[in-house]
Amino acid sequence: MLLSLMIIPLVAAALVPLVSKRQVPWVALFGTLAAMVPAGSVLTSVNWTAAGTQRLEERYGAWLPDLGIALNLRVDGVSLALVLLTALLGPLCVLGSWTAITQRVRTYYGWLLVLQAAMYGVFMSQDLVIFYICFEFTLVPMFVLISLFGSTNRKAAAIKFFLYTFTGSIIALAGLVYVAWFHATQMSAAPVVASVVNAATGASESAGALAKVSAWTFDIPTLMKTAQQMPLSAQSWVFLAMMLGFAVKVPLFPLHTWLPLAHTEAPTAGSVVLAGVLLKLGTFAIYTFGIGFTPMAAVEYAPVVAGLAVAGILVGGLICWVQTDVKKLVAYSSVAHLGFCMLGMFAMNAAGLQGSLLYMINHGLSTGALFLCIGFMYERYHTRSMHEIGGLAKRMPIWATFMVFFSMASVGLPGLNGFVSEFLCVMGAYQAEPTKELSGLTGGNLGWKYAVLAGVGMIIGAIYILYMVGKVVWGPLKEPHHDDAHGANGHAGAHAGGHHEGALPADLTGREIVTLLPLAVLCLGLGVYPKPLMQVLEPSVNDHVRLTSKARAELRELKGLPAEDRAIYLKNQFPGKGAEGGTGGEGEKKQAEPAKSTGDFTETGK
Amino acid sequence: MIEKLQSLWPEITLLTAACVVMITGQSASAAVRRLSWSICAAALIAAGLLAYSTTAASGHALPHMAMYGKIVTCVVGLLLLLMVAGIADRAYEAEVARGKTVFDAIRATRGEFYAFFMFSLTGLMLCFGADDLVWLFLALELVSLPTYIMVATSTSKNASMEAGVKYFFLGALGAATFLYGFALIYGATGATNLVQIHSAFAAQIAAGGLNTIGIVGLILAVVGVSFKIAAVPMHFYTPDVYQGASASVSAFLAFVPKSAGFATIILLLSTVGWLPSSDYPSGALPMPVHAVLWVMAVVTMTVGNVLALLQTSVKRTLAYSSIAHSGYMLVGVIAGPGKGDDFASSGIAAVLFYLLVYGVTNVGTFAVVAAMQRQNRDGTHSEADRIEDLRGMCATNPMMGWTMVICSASLLGLPPLLGFFGKLPLFSAGISGGHIGLVVILGLNSAIAAFYYLRLAAYPLLESPDMAARTSNPITQVPVTGRWLAGVLSVVGVIALAIWPVTSAAKFGATYKTKVAVPGGQVAQGK
Repeated sequence: MLLSLMIIPLVAAALVPLVSKRQVPWVALFGTLAAMVPAGSVLTSVNWTAAGTQRLEERYGAWLPDLGIALNLRVDGVSLALVLLTALLGPLCVLGSWTAITQRVRTYYGWLLVLQAAMYGVFMSQDLVIFYICFEFTLVPMFVLISLFGSTNRKAAAIKFFLYTFTGSIIALAGLVYVAWFHATQMSAAPVVASVVNAATGASESAGALAKVSAWTFDIPTLMKTAQQMPLSAQSWVFLAMMLGFAVKVPLFPLHTWLPLAHTEAPTAGSVVLAGVLLKLGTFAIYTFGIGFTPMAAVEYAPVVAGLAVAGILVGGLICWVQTDVKKLVAYSSVAHLGFCMLGMFAMNAAGLQGSLLYMINHGLSTGALFLCIGFMYERYHTRSMHEIGGLAKRMPIWATFMVFFSMASVGLPGLNGFVSEFLCVMGAYQAEPTKELSGLTGGNLGWKYAVLAGVGMIIGAIYILYMVGKVVWGPLKEPHHDDAHGANGHAGAHAGGHHEGALPADLTGREIVTLLPLAVLCLGLGVYPKPLMQVLEPSVNDHVRLTSKARAELRELKGLPAEDRAIYLKNQFPGKGAEGGTGGEGEKKQAEPAKSTGDFTETGK
Repeated sequence: MIEKLQSLWPEITLLTAACVVMITGQSASAAVRRLSWSICAAALIAAGLLAYSTTAASGHALPHMAMYGKIVTCVVGLLLLLMVAGIADRAYEAEVARGKTVFDAIRATRGEFYAFFMFSLTGLMLCFGADDLVWLFLALELVSLPTYIMVATSTSKNASMEAGVKYFFLGALGAATFLYGFALIYGATGATNLVQIHSAFAAQIAAGGLNTIGIVGLILAVVGVSFKIAAVPMHFYTPDVYQGASASVSAFLAFVPKSAGFATIILLLSTVGWLPSSDYPSGALPMPVHAVLWVMAVVTMTVGNVLALLQTSVKRTLAYSSIAHSGYMLVGVIAGPGKGDDFASSGIAAVLFYLLVYGVTNVGTFAVVAAMQRQNRDGTHSEADRIEDLRGMCATNPMMGWTMVICSASLLGLPPLLGFFGKLPLFSAGISGGHIGLVVILGLNSAIAAFYYLRLAAYPLLESPDMAARTSNPITQVPVTGRWLAGVLSVVGVIALAIWPVTSAAKFGATYKTKVAVPGGQVAQGK
């Protein structure tokens, strides 16, 4: 079932060269829609909102047993949300580019489908190498899409995009391989454990007689357990390597410079996929590996990362303010938004992590929708400059409605989805106050300063979005007068537009409304009632909170803080859900864990 | 002696075929002449099967490398044989077929060309199976001497002559250097047999340290062999020679001498290297050798990649990339065989696997150049060697265009292609050996390489064909089946070879013994 999520788009992509040009978009639409079926059955086959960690696993055995690479897939709460987002945005991207793409149609839709498959692979893979393969492979379709279908500066944009992310991720690969090596040495030090682990992970199931079980494995859960035992210095280096790789994709300030160029130059669907899903590959990887593999280093360097995130929020926001290109403005707003996402993540408490994960979904919905809106406008006017267009509400009332709605969602108007996640992220940062650790707040090493600066960023966000909406949607009507005919836009039989070029009607067509409507419904739904989604994400968030607080305790131990502080602090950390009695037992269990792991640490440290 | 001969059946097969094609290539009958190619192919297949069925293991520290190396030689050799089809005598044979001239064996070069091709491959196999310095030297020369002539005769252009001469003189310099190194090793140990050298070095290490003469000998030998692998400091010839020779022969140069060089380096270092000593309990190379290799690796990959950025010729780009790939493989050599018997932590296994990966992938890129020709204004044809010529090739000639795209992407190390699976063990072996700095440099270099490989991939895939240039100087496919077939087979390999039997074979080939039995009964032990 999980594998079919990857296979269906690939099969559709393989069909693309075989069918006639007119049928290609239909193949792409059906391919992306068909992938929603397994995605839907993943959703229904497990009761995701039930208590405890829910997951769905599929193992296909070893691929390269000598290297310990196996094709295993797994979906848990976090990846479920992102898989569903990918599945939703897939057909919308196809619908959104229905009339915009008239040349090299096969290339366009073929690569779009391949991109879908690769993105599913990233979220589902349980093997580090398979993850990396999919993660890297997303570059190829995006490179092709940007450099063929982007606007004027597209080639430079595509190359910059490719080189930035390739460089980053190859360094991340070095970090990940280091983790695998660390695991292999641990295993060969304790061969008995090795056989047990390998039997458990099934790494050798389909390997032939020639292939002896290797001490190497790239199985993510196995490596995660080992990686957490690495000493702080090793964790720090691995964390740095991973951050270099994944932060480029996020993009975290100051590694964001590829993003506006790529976004601005990409075709509409490219921007939607880029903003909607691809950026989340970075945050997802940091969430899973950055914090999951190296929690101590993540805790240690959380202020640095969060500082960069805040810088991204402020710098991104200020840059947005001075943009005149609507698409560029939304592109830079992604830098700011992803800054919130990273800030929440590195607050590393329940609120922050929950907000951060929600932000990944919400940003995908609202920014994806904004890019679609801008794409629809661009198809009609062939400009995105605020100097040339204005007051479009008079000309395109339906479009204007959507535009304003999604802008509000993006800016975080209470009642819409952006508000929930943004608020949680900032609250998380505030709660992670180091000096208040013992007085009921969650503890951490961020604090009110980060929250205040992020709050300023929220205000800037509101300013630039409202400024953009005011210029483009309201105000006096301003339309560009192009003399050059945009032949690419012509479609025989379509409605004749008002006075402007092209064959599209003045306002949105039925297809375009259908494209935007699901996003609008979700933006509203997740704004008013985010609880189901939060329930799905909760087990993973709790795991991470447990993990990071354990790591924090280890760090405190390491730095020689008195142990009794740690006990009180841990009690506050895990108040438990039930009554005081229940808390006691749970608290004890939790307290036992760090003690044991500190033992491990000192062992490995010496 | 008999035992040794028994392990040489693959070489004997190739040698016999070389002698046969030397005669059939000169035959008065066109049908017999045409048979030469098939004889070579049959001999390569037979040699591969013989190598596979050989159970004899060499006595030195890497007992199974010979078997793996010989099989790889045959596999890539077949691809290369497909590529060199039509190099020798194509124009001349066409004239003869049209009845313009009568066939004259003196003018024909087919016999020599295929014979030299087979001699060189024989030399490569002998290198992998060498267990003596003298043998090693002769095998290396057997690899190289035929290639000098192959370069010079591969086209009728003066550039090929120049390339051949340049290659020869620099090759002689390289040979002199490593021969000097071999002599010093002999001086330091009093033996030419690798096993005896091994035990002598082990005794020296046990007695407190390596003989300085031995170390200097090793360094000189490695530096001399860097000519074969096209590594700094002996890399200068690479771009000129690769450009001057025909693309098919360049592909040959990028695989055969390189593999011979790496086999030599690994065998030489196995006499001293990676043995746990009092200074290096984890088993590293002696410090001076390690330092030289480290600098060589870093400089080689950086120089190769940076200079490749500046090229406009496909063949020159590939030549510089060939230099860079040697640098990558040196990382595996430095890492050594690793402590466990894992594929992932053995640098030797990584190098052996990478040789196959690089051989298969590189054939694809060179096959595209070899398969395409640009018509000049005077009606003659020349190789479509400019990167500009690749423009829009996926549209005009999808087969060759996609071959270029996929093979370049694989050389770039883009997952899930073969090149990525070649680099991954280099990463893991490097990290296992504790050479994290080296691995980071390797990673950064891969990123630099991305820029020019991206150009090689993007020109055919994304650019639209240059119509004006196409009408004045049309680019057409060379009517030789072998060329494009080599490209297509290479693509198949690039997509499908990342499977466990191949990695397991490389792992088997890299089996490393720290204890070797000296002829005469004693056991030389590293510890």
